[in-house]
Amino acid sequence: MTGTAAAPAATAPPDAPDAPDAAVEWHRVLRIGLLGGAVALYVCLVGMVEVFQPRALVTGVITLGQTTMVLAGVGAAYVTLLGRAMDRRGAAAAGAFAGAVTGLFPAALVVTMQFVNLRAMFLHASPGTADVLTLGLGVGGAWVPIVALAIVGAATGLLLTARADIQRPATAALVALLLTGLFAGLLRPPLLASSITAGLGRLLFASDGLTVLGAVIVVLAVVGGRIAMRRVRLRSRVAALPPARRRVLTPSAMVALFLLVVWLPHGVGPFFAQVVAVVALYILMGFGLNITLGLAGLLDLGFVAFFAVGAYTVGLLTSTAEYGIALWPFWAAVPFAVLLAMAFGAFFGLPILGIRGDYLAIATLGFGEIIRILAGSDLLKGLLGGPRGIINIPKPIEVPPDHLLAGPIQIYYIGLVFALVVAFVAIRLRDSRLGRAWLAIREDEDVAEALGVNLVQTKLLAYMLGAAFAGLGGALFAGLLGSIFASSFPLFVSINVAALIIVGGMGSIPGVVVGAIFLIGVPELFREFSEYRYLFYGVALIAMMLFRPEGLLPSRIVQRELHVPAPDADGDANGGGVERDARLSPGATG
Amino acid sequence: MRASAVDRITEYAISAFLWGLRIVVVAVVVIGSFLTLTSGRYGMETWSSLVVSGLTTGSVYALIALGYTMVYGILRMINFAHGEIFMGGAFAGYFVGTMFASIGLLSQGPLVILFAVAVMIVVAAAFSTVLALLVERIAYRPLRNAPRLVPLISAIGASYFLQYTFRGFLGAGIYVYPDVALLGERVPIDFLRLRWVDVLVVISAVAMMTGLYLFVMRTRMGTAIRAVSEDKSTAELMGIDVNRAIVTTFAVGAAMAGAAGVLYALLFDQVFFFTGFVPGIKAFTAAVLGGIGNVPGAMLGGLFLGQVESVGPTLFLDGFNVPSVNQLKDVIAFTLLVLVLVFRPSGILGERVTTQRA
Repeated sequence: MTGTAAAPAATAPPDAPDAPDAAVEWHRVLRIGLLGGAVALYVCLVGMVEVFQPRALVTGVITLGQTTMVLAGVGAAYVTLLGRAMDRRGAAAAGAFAGAVTGLFPAALVVTMQFVNLRAMFLHASPGTADVLTLGLGVGGAWVPIVALAIVGAATGLLLTARADIQRPATAALVALLLTGLFAGLLRPPLLASSITAGLGRLLFASDGLTVLGAVIVVLAVVGGRIAMRRVRLRSRVAALPPARRRVLTPSAMVALFLLVVWLPHGVGPFFAQVVAVVALYILMGFGLNITLGLAGLLDLGFVAFFAVGAYTVGLLTSTAEYGIALWPFWAAVPFAVLLAMAFGAFFGLPILGIRGDYLAIATLGFGEIIRILAGSDLLKGLLGGPRGIINIPKPIEVPPDHLLAGPIQIYYIGLVFALVVAFVAIRLRDSRLGRAWLAIREDEDVAEALGVNLVQTKLLAYMLGAAFAGLGGALFAGLLGSIFASSFPLFVSINVAALIIVGGMGSIPGVVVGAIFLIGVPELFREFSEYRYLFYGVALIAMMLFRPEGLLPSRIVQRELHVPAPDADGDANGGGVERDARLSPGATG
Repeated sequence: MRASAVDRITEYAISAFLWGLRIVVVAVVVIGSFLTLTSGRYGMETWSSLVVSGLTTGSVYALIALGYTMVYGILRMINFAHGEIFMGGAFAGYFVGTMFASIGLLSQGPLVILFAVAVMIVVAAAFSTVLALLVERIAYRPLRNAPRLVPLISAIGASYFLQYTFRGFLGAGIYVYPDVALLGERVPIDFLRLRWVDVLVVISAVAMMTGLYLFVMRTRMGTAIRAVSEDKSTAELMGIDVNRAIVTTFAVGAAMAGAAGVLYALLFDQVFFFTGFVPGIKAFTAAVLGGIGNVPGAMLGGLFLGQVESVGPTLFLDGFNVPSVNQLKDVIAFTLLVLVLVFRPSGILGERVTTQRA
């Protein structure tokens, strides 16, 4: 939730050591409640409440719109009780108070909307939002959010102070409920597709969310599963195995994972196959940028340019329509796409070799925009088709439409195979002499150079190899869509790739996969809420930098680096700004 | 370390490449201008209107660039969200302006209109300041001592967050700025295609920049800001409240950006949630152009970029018979950015702020 992530950031003072008397600090509770209320108000006004309303978490019981408000209350109560030792009554009271204060804001919004027309400024300060907040009671129901969130807050307080054997299963069940409700639209079609599971699908899911019975089943399944797990003491049994036997589990888990990954696009329908194909492409690009950014520390925000070069090369060489020049088969064009992307990497890399740090980001961002504008311009229209683009690009594998490999599924498989190959290459590169040189450059260019790292070659190779991976991704992208336009390569792509690396963990190979799944896959699944996708990105990036700058799955080195005490205030002048190394551009006179 | 033969060859190759780049750029500019001018396709009227539009957009860029340059000077950080602060100002001005229009204030005489525009600018500046301080407090302050990429990424996140917050609040539609008939009229000079709004934009921008310059150079707070950009820890030892200096810098830069938002929207008559992005990047270019960290440099850089971008496409490219040159406006601006970064990273006026390692 956006709200809960922002709340602890805004409450600056770190949690004091637990007060021994464990009295409720009402001032603090009030302050957090007010913050939670601001977040709740924000969520209302930004339209999430209204836009999420048509989807149900549990059909007929609670909608997604109402869930956002509930989560605001839970978040407020949770932050209130974070790190505080309190007895149950105090926790419930504090949670209820925080929830009530949070609910005050939406309530005030409902009342205000009655007297002032806010819609001139806030599109979503609408009767629709008010209906969600008051459960359809109108302005007379302004008390609803206050009472509802007070109850939610009290429940949160009780849950947080409950015995562990109640708290854990309850929390797990709630989270499972939330997730199955959220992904109902994704889980239902594959269940309905097969006649064996169709009955189960209809039992669990309605067209807009979980059914009541489904919710009960999910809760029972989670709780029951946990109890069963405790009965058989799975974890302690595994731990008790001798080490040699224990390792057997990992390969079998890997085989299971592999089968799951192969089965995935077939099992869950064509829409999902498209999504996972896109994720696979982003993973490819992520591996590429991971070299430039993750290893060598060069933030390239124009990465999409190489992606575009790869896509356009394949398009030009293979298209059977107007702008095609060679009519090559797809696979013959791919190596050229990669090579040309590499050449562009070198061409763009050369002039900016001497530029450091955040300036590099802006310079490369400029490159990305230059390529995009040129591709869509009238100047190159005769060559690249301008805004009309290049169409009729053949599929990588031509199959009849009902074949096993038709449509996005083949791109998914091809992307997956390439991702595996590229991951291998990336790992080998990382552990090579070159990879260590990159890491050295990332840590400190000057010291690296003093230790004998050739900055020019090393950096150039980082750009070129990164670009090569992106070119490969672009080539597959052209094959996936069958047509490419200048507008397919906006700056967002570059920032998305950079973001997924950062969220996953800079320089970490599994991090790229995790980042791509979270930042590309999950938002693609929520297409209907796509207007909040970049809002989510923004919050994710800020929260990540504030709380976990090393990423979700950090590489060991980065983790170590970010958890040493920060240098003193002067440290920020290090390696800064536009510095040009005289050695790198001997001809420059300024 | 002895340079091997390979190293030396790559070094020469790179230097040859960079010289080639320079020659190509200079050749395009010189030959293109020559061809365009001798073709005689454009008269005085066209050129003067291009210069005027360059001057107006340039002064808006200059105003935004001040925020970039000051924040960079003091924190060594690119405030990527600055363009969104600018957009927020434009929206604040929109709502004040619409209110004025609904009570008929904008169809009155010139003095009333001047007053109305002044109020719009002040409200926009105030709103942008609040916005920027919130962003600073939440997304930047906790990261002041983090490695350099960390605050930059947080700033990119803040930029997304603000854009899509405005989109959520206000929708994705384009908001047409309230029409001020008087400002759209031409200034009665025959050979110059100049509207009153152009005059207003340039004069108010110059006035604000002068004010800012005086603030930075003459006041105690300005001195403190300069001291902190020079050396944070020494400034602290001298009894300067570093945090206050930083916050003031953000506030002042944001106020300029907010005011620039109103001026920009008056020029182009519209604002939407993505309005801030491109001018933001351009203004950053302007700041680099003038020498980042350098206040007069940012002003000069903005005006220069405005001219290059407005006159450049026609002057440099039209002679080569490039179709629809105006599509390539941004290409010229970004090329200029890269060229400056490569060949004169200190900018037009600037000294290098960070050559010495601490």
